[in-house]
Amino acid sequence: MHILINDQPVEVPAGSTLADAITQAQPSAPFAVALNHEFVPRHRYASLQLRAGDALEIIRPVTGG
Amino acid sequence: MTLPSSAPIDPLVLYGHAFDSRLLLGTARYPSPDVLEAAVQQARPAMLTASLRRQTAPAGTASQADHGFWPLLRRLGVPVLPNTAGCHSVQEVIATAQMARELFDTPWIKLELIGDDYTLQPDTLNLVQAADTLIRDGFWVLPYCTEDLVLCQRLVDVGCQAVMPWAAPIGTGRGPVNPYALRMLRERLDVPMIVDAGLGLPSHACQVMEWGFDGVLLNTAVALAQDPVAMASAFAKATQAGRAAHRAGAMAAQEHAQPSTPVLGTPFWHQS
Repeated sequence: MHILINDQPVEVPAGSTLADAITQAQPSAPFAVALNHEFVPRHRYASLQLRAGDALEIIRPVTGG
Repeated sequence: MTLPSSAPIDPLVLYGHAFDSRLLLGTARYPSPDVLEAAVQQARPAMLTASLRRQTAPAGTASQADHGFWPLLRRLGVPVLPNTAGCHSVQEVIATAQMARELFDTPWIKLELIGDDYTLQPDTLNLVQAADTLIRDGFWVLPYCTEDLVLCQRLVDVGCQAVMPWAAPIGTGRGPVNPYALRMLRERLDVPMIVDAGLGLPSHACQVMEWGFDGVLLNTAVALAQDPVAMASAFAKATQAGRAAHRAGAMAAQEHAQPSTPVLGTPFWHQS
């Protein structure tokens, strides 16, 4: 099924969890995640089932003012 | 709040936490991570601001700067103040703040909710709602706001224990563009206030500290200086000087000249 990761279309197997999608994306640590504009804490990655069209944001720390 | 015996004599107190510096420093736009590190060591700021952005490359392929910032932050050991820069809605602010809390492991958040992309002016109509939601969620909110008195009062009303009015639009370096409103705000509100954004010179920082503001937050003025490390030191000293002057109490300005040297016994004096 198609989902978006950081606004880019990505194909993941049907039934994937958020943890599966993160594993596929290989983000550098540390990172944090939002799904459909809502924060998802780490402890929910493994249990959260993705649906087609979900929009995932994976963010990292950067310099800022 | 009880301060420990080792507490600084004149601390900046935010949400019950004492800091011995009144300068908060941004981490963006420096020529290199090494210059940033040296500037931080010169300024010895109370906090360092940081932000969040999308990961755009798989592990192992990110740029050197991407990899270097996190260990640099850890190494510096300065409390981190994550921001919500670039957020244009309350929903974006909340999600970004919650991600920042998990990532940086801190309840501090610099609330930025932009209402106009050209001036980067805060969205004053939705800022209070965002602050209220964050505070109810346990954040220690430092809201970037305008110098509007009623806005700042409303932010305090929903639980902000400090506010951060701008001096001028972000990155302009113009210094306080509305001194009257800033000084009136200082006079009317009795909470810690940090002047955030728009400072370009150490004299700007010194001036707002002389007016009684409790701290300054700046980034571009240091990062884009010809010598950012020296400028970081200059801002730190100016901030301290302004605070010391405020505590010392300035003389009242006079309309007419008054000789500072005693007139009595002036040589060659004669009655005209």
